[in-house]
Amino acid sequence: MAPDGIGTALRRKEDKRFITGNGHYTDDLNRQGQAHAYFLRSPLAHARIRSIKTADAEKADGVVAVFTGKDVQAAGLGGLICGWMVKSKDGSDMKAGAHPALAVDRVRYVGDHVAVVIAETLDQAKDAADLIDVDYEELAPIVATADADAPDAPRVHDEAPDNVCFDWEIGDKAATDGAFEKASHVTRMSLINNRLIPNAIEPRAAVGEFDPGTDSYTLYTTSQNPHVARLVLSAFVGIAPEHKLRVVAPDVGGGFGSKIFIYAEETICVWAAAKVKRPVKWTAERGESFLSDAHGRDHVTEAEMALDADGRILGLRVHTKANLGAYLSTFASAVPTYLYGTLLSGQYAIPAIHCEVRGLYTNTAPVDAYRGAGRPEATYVVERMCERAARDLKMDPAEFRRKNFIQPDAYPYQTPVIMTYDCGDYPRGLQKALENADYANFAKRRSESEARGKLRGVGFSSYIEACGIAPSAAVGSLGAGVGLWESAKIRFNPTGNVTVYTGAHSHGQGHETSFAQLISSYLGVDPANVEVSHGDTAQTPFGMGTYGSRSLAVGGSAIFKAAEKVIEKGKKIAAHLMEASEGDIEFKDGKFTVAGTDNSKTIQEIAFSAYVPHNYPADLEPGLEESAFYDPINFTFPAGTQICEVEIDPDTGVTEIVNFVAVDDFGVIINPMIVEGQVHGGIAQGVGQALLENCVYDTATGQLLTGSYMDYCMPRADNLPSFNIGMIETRNPSNPLGVKGCGEAGAIAAPAAVMNAVTDAIGMEIQMPASPERVWRAIQQNRQAVAAE
Amino acid sequence: MPSTVSMTVNGKSVSKEVDDRTLLVQFLREDLHLTGTHVGCDTSQCGSCVVHVNGRSVKACTMLAAQADGASVTSIEGLAAEDGTLHPMQEAFREHHGLQCGFCTPGMIMSAVDLLQNNPSPSEHEVRDWLEGNICRCTGYHNIVKAVLSAADEMRGAAKAAE
Repeated sequence: MAPDGIGTALRRKEDKRFITGNGHYTDDLNRQGQAHAYFLRSPLAHARIRSIKTADAEKADGVVAVFTGKDVQAAGLGGLICGWMVKSKDGSDMKAGAHPALAVDRVRYVGDHVAVVIAETLDQAKDAADLIDVDYEELAPIVATADADAPDAPRVHDEAPDNVCFDWEIGDKAATDGAFEKASHVTRMSLINNRLIPNAIEPRAAVGEFDPGTDSYTLYTTSQNPHVARLVLSAFVGIAPEHKLRVVAPDVGGGFGSKIFIYAEETICVWAAAKVKRPVKWTAERGESFLSDAHGRDHVTEAEMALDADGRILGLRVHTKANLGAYLSTFASAVPTYLYGTLLSGQYAIPAIHCEVRGLYTNTAPVDAYRGAGRPEATYVVERMCERAARDLKMDPAEFRRKNFIQPDAYPYQTPVIMTYDCGDYPRGLQKALENADYANFAKRRSESEARGKLRGVGFSSYIEACGIAPSAAVGSLGAGVGLWESAKIRFNPTGNVTVYTGAHSHGQGHETSFAQLISSYLGVDPANVEVSHGDTAQTPFGMGTYGSRSLAVGGSAIFKAAEKVIEKGKKIAAHLMEASEGDIEFKDGKFTVAGTDNSKTIQEIAFSAYVPHNYPADLEPGLEESAFYDPINFTFPAGTQICEVEIDPDTGVTEIVNFVAVDDFGVIINPMIVEGQVHGGIAQGVGQALLENCVYDTATGQLLTGSYMDYCMPRADNLPSFNIGMIETRNPSNPLGVKGCGEAGAIAAPAAVMNAVTDAIGMEIQMPASPERVWRAIQQNRQAVAAE
Repeated sequence: MPSTVSMTVNGKSVSKEVDDRTLLVQFLREDLHLTGTHVGCDTSQCGSCVVHVNGRSVKACTMLAAQADGASVTSIEGLAAEDGTLHPMQEAFREHHGLQCGFCTPGMIMSAVDLLQNNPSPSEHEVRDWLEGNICRCTGYHNIVKAVLSAADEMRGAAKAAE
């Protein structure tokens, strides 16, 4: 292995520009002659648009143009699409309501896009937007997930009676009913997975440009997958043919899912650039982000677990209502179905599972993938149910899990809900977590807390996730409109340094470092001499971007494949230079050697020769640049156990996390420092959901009540503890790197661990977020109930 | 109404005519092209825009450019030495992986530097308390806190050596 290769905690190559203020985020870009866009948004959750008068705005100072939905429609532009077709259990297609970039005759949520003003300055655009006169006929909104399919609920789309987009199922209903018939105990829970706002700290932004000399467009935007953005904007919206549209996502300040999707604002900026013949720039204010970034989660679930007298799980039955918001966002239909229902087996050998999901429209912002996407919702159901079942049966929750785990010799393991787990060791992960959490002495710590008048609880979450999203054949059979492979190109420059082009996209994950470490390990090149290029459709081969912890498992595997090709080509050149037969050339640690001799050439010498091929035979091609596309054979299945210990002050309801242990199996680790950082961030978001964060709409008016950082409680440094992180490794047999993915684990596992701890401490069930007020009220109720007995 | 504001930014005198409603952060980003100072919210909550004004940390989206007339302003671009030697806090953030996407980082570093100016030996609790005005969505703060404590050690050591 070359220095700083796989397994090394190499310091990040990208950090220098970020810590010195030299990053290049989209809002940092300013193009010659640019104008500024400001979007007029609906102040109402649901209304018919009778008329929009723009004449005064058009005459205002500095205004370049004003466009409404009718202008966009007249230009022949298509609407925004959802790329994943889900069928209802009766075989019918999901009911997709039209989603114009600017509303035409109806607005469906507060923040919906009504018009755009383009002006010399942003302030002028805002001032002019105030002069637009929209005549709304207000309609009753529907907001609450649980009530969205009520017969008398206001209808969001004419295409979807009862607001049902799809009524989907997975698993074997008859087998599951049978399991409940023979159960000796049934545990039941009502669970709300609270709606969240992703809140990448960099707000979304876009700069659109048009070059009339070549009829080509460029869009700089905060995207997690620029190639897919180009594909959608070209093939469905109709901005320009793909070869006339370049999409660039420069440094991106966090995504967490919210920057996967194709939004109205970037669509309009790039379209309008040609209309006004100037670059058009838009940057979201945080208030706009709250209103119109795609939100996450928002499930209402009734779940039942059938158990035998020994505490073995016989079956799981789940009914979920999933809020989709007012329009289908790019991935929206996949999240509460194939990314959720397929993970309901968790780490457990459950003989029968049946799950029904109703995807429902409401007058709220679109809901789509947010860190974990479907898997946190599934884990929350499974892990809250397991903990509840263990308590119902008066079993130790660790013992309950151990008894029901899929055993390490059972792989490949086919669950009743599609997935085939390829490897894992759940008992070992649990055991290590128990040790790291000093679980054996918990009772003692609880007594000490009680002596101080505090309530202490402990909660478990033994999660599993399906990462490395693909394989294409699998997602295609499940309704995806695209394949989910990844691409890589390795270019040796004549002086021996390397540029790696990847279709993955980094928005904080450290690809520039970990991908360079792959090149270091495979090709023996110092990471300092490797540059990673991503995020520009004009530079990189077509790629599918970064989400679902797929960058290493899929993108890294594509780099591996490209490296194999580089070595193969290098052997041909080495054989020629050293006058040996190609079959006798071995490659190791950056050197091509003639087997059994000390005759060797470094890969740098080979690269130079490849570009100065003065004496090459006719059949030896110059150049050292290879690309590969990689489509995996399975998802990857990272798994682990998180244990949270809390102490609650019954007088204030404030929950303090006193210990948080995570033991994860991510397969082979490329850079342990980066992996630990990803786990920390994921846990913070999971803890945020469990204790603090909540997106709240007023159910009567549809107004967003948590529309700023004053109202939406973001986790801050003083809300969180330091985390106790541990790892185990089972090498993934399904990809050449042996990796699994780590970015979402914390967000997937932590909510259940925290809520299991909180409910253990207070001795009753409550819903997320366990805010001090909710916890305090629950404690008071409990006290009154005890007093009344 | 436009008016002229003059100040020293990262050691250089600047003077520009700006609209009265121009915020300090807009002045830095748009007029001086110092884009290291970021805007992450519109309610002075996230702290991505923290700079130093006359040596004290200030959220640059909370202050008008005109209010900084005559002041000495340091942004993230002015923190490292002229020769590019990083400030110990910048080094500590890199060493302890105190950043991921990097967007909140300039404000976080500027806040942390001000903390150590006031309190050279903060406890973990004091670091967490001080950083309450800076939101990071990526790191869970674990490594940021580690970085600040490590920089404090480093800077105390350097100060002692200089005595």
